[in-house]
Amino acid sequence: LSQLPDVSSETSRRSYIGWLFGLCGAAVSAVLSVPLVRFTLFPLTAKPTETKWSDAGPVAELQSSTKPQIRTVMVEQVDGWRKTVSEKIVYISKDPAGKLSILSAVCPHLGCSVQWQDGKNAFVCPCHSAVFDASGGRAAGPAPRGMDTLDSKVEDGRLLVRYQYFRQLVPTKEVIG
Amino acid sequence: MNGGASSGKGLFGWFDRRTGLDAILRETLDEPIPGGARFAYVFGSALIFIFLSQVITGVFLALYYVPSADHAHTTVAYITKAVSSGSFLRSIHAYGSSAMVILLLLHVTQTFLYGSYKGRRELLWLSGCGLFGLVLCMAFTGYLLPWDQKAYFATAVGTNIAGEVPLIGGWLKSLMRGGADMGTLTLSRFFVAHILVVPAAIFAFVALHVYLFRKAGAAGPVSESPIEPKLPPEPFYPRQVVVDGVFALTIIAVLAILSHFIPFELGPKANPADAHYLPRPEWYYVPIFQWLKYWPGSLSFVGVVVIPSIVAFFFASLPFVDKRMERRPWKRPIAVGTYVFIFLALFGLGGLSYRSDHGDAGYEAQLVAQAKAAEEFMKKPFEGEVSGGNVAATVARAAAPTDPLLAEGGQLFTANSCNACHGDGGAGGPAGPSLAGIGKRLDVEHLTAALKTPSPKMTAGGMQALDLPPDQMKALVTYIGSL
Repeated sequence: LSQLPDVSSETSRRSYIGWLFGLCGAAVSAVLSVPLVRFTLFPLTAKPTETKWSDAGPVAELQSSTKPQIRTVMVEQVDGWRKTVSEKIVYISKDPAGKLSILSAVCPHLGCSVQWQDGKNAFVCPCHSAVFDASGGRAAGPAPRGMDTLDSKVEDGRLLVRYQYFRQLVPTKEVIG
Repeated sequence: MNGGASSGKGLFGWFDRRTGLDAILRETLDEPIPGGARFAYVFGSALIFIFLSQVITGVFLALYYVPSADHAHTTVAYITKAVSSGSFLRSIHAYGSSAMVILLLLHVTQTFLYGSYKGRRELLWLSGCGLFGLVLCMAFTGYLLPWDQKAYFATAVGTNIAGEVPLIGGWLKSLMRGGADMGTLTLSRFFVAHILVVPAAIFAFVALHVYLFRKAGAAGPVSESPIEPKLPPEPFYPRQVVVDGVFALTIIAVLAILSHFIPFELGPKANPADAHYLPRPEWYYVPIFQWLKYWPGSLSFVGVVVIPSIVAFFFASLPFVDKRMERRPWKRPIAVGTYVFIFLALFGLGGLSYRSDHGDAGYEAQLVAQAKAAEEFMKKPFEGEVSGGNVAATVARAAAPTDPLLAEGGQLFTANSCNACHGDGGAGGPAGPSLAGIGKRLDVEHLTAALKTPSPKMTAGGMQALDLPPDQMKALVTYIGSL
């Protein structure tokens, strides 16, 4: 179907126009793809949702006990277009000065839920027997660090906690979500 | 085609010797157009262009969309209100469907007025009729997907119309809806049709349509013979490509401006219980919507099925009926007159529909209220969906602390890592079975015994023996028994 004579000037004209088309096409495509890229990258650019504060109970009640108290807190997380609410276990422990600190029940070894054992006056992990003292410090066993403390604050006489997860098997506390 | 080895050098030559790309490009671009490039010929390529735009935006929208009655509306609201460029892309896609219909009408009108269906082009015309139907299917199925009020009710009406078909109507309606009523299965069916079945058919029909078009050749101006063109041909490339490209860019610019300044609305979530809602179809279905009002009761199938079928049949058989080679519209008064009459009738029906809605104070008020509800919904910030059956139950339990024994048991359930395998609230997890309803099978003694000394089967599944002080054991067993 080559009705076109193989004249070099004709060929070069068509090839020049071809390049022009290619350039225009590329430029237009680039502009048109901007919203597509923004749309796709949205989950990466969205700010990590600030974990909300969860209620761990009235301070007065928690202060009254000498041994660590177990509490269930409700943690709200945003997962794309849905909100999930899950129950998490925390321990509220009181240091000798009477200051309350909140410990995550997730064992820093491999993530089982540690249990307070009155008899031993210690936290013991049911999976691999890591042992922590009453304020969550590492006492014995395979855990690389003590139990993780969670951010807390007092508001209207209630203790609020910000629940987070930390990386397991490392000696320092690293937030992972 | 200029077969054989390519003489091209460099990367293009390397590629060409392996693919024959150069010959394909020449075959595509050197398509001869008798009489040269014209603006009148842009609609076909513009349709392909907008269709590709619909495919691309559609694929991206599917990144966030979920086709289920309980999530569809939330995910579309998320796209519209939260995701970057989401409202823009959705608007391009939604307005794009109107653009497809407009371009389709222009393409058909041009083909009709130019008599370009004549001269061995029967199959080309038929494949075009197939594409016409498929595009209307896309518009109809896509309209339901946001699952807002107008989507729901428009589809309820549309599927009821299918129910009017004699003999198989009831069955057809149930087939489309996935049951007697509109619901989540309707949405799944429409979604699959919209993103898989119909687009695949469109790709196939476009390929066929383009092939048959190239086989017949471009018809050229109305004075040209449809079989043996005499005017000097001009290749498709570059002039017609420029004209087509400029037109396509104009359309996309109009769509982009429209989408940016007047984003396509999403109304409140479908509420089947809303008896006041006035369903109104998208503009291109309004004439047929109005038409249906004139066919009451047992006559309805005549107006709904028989007459549209007759019109569609005559439309499709046009090149078999109108066999004269005359293409000039002023020499074809009957054909052109009928075409113009049908168009005017459709416009007239649209006008009547508008007048009946806006002439009645009650309707008018309801339509204004509906528009206002949609506007208000659009202004509200995105509200995530609180989801998960057992999560809702957990929240309900936490909100209403009942028995302290149960509360303590619930804490022990988590504290002893029972939830690690059996899931939060004993709902079941990857490593352990659900404990729901276990209290109905095992009493307190049996449950306690099973915890203290699990059966070999339980141990094999990873269950560990658990011994707690009696009061704690009682609390835990009470809790487990309550699940």
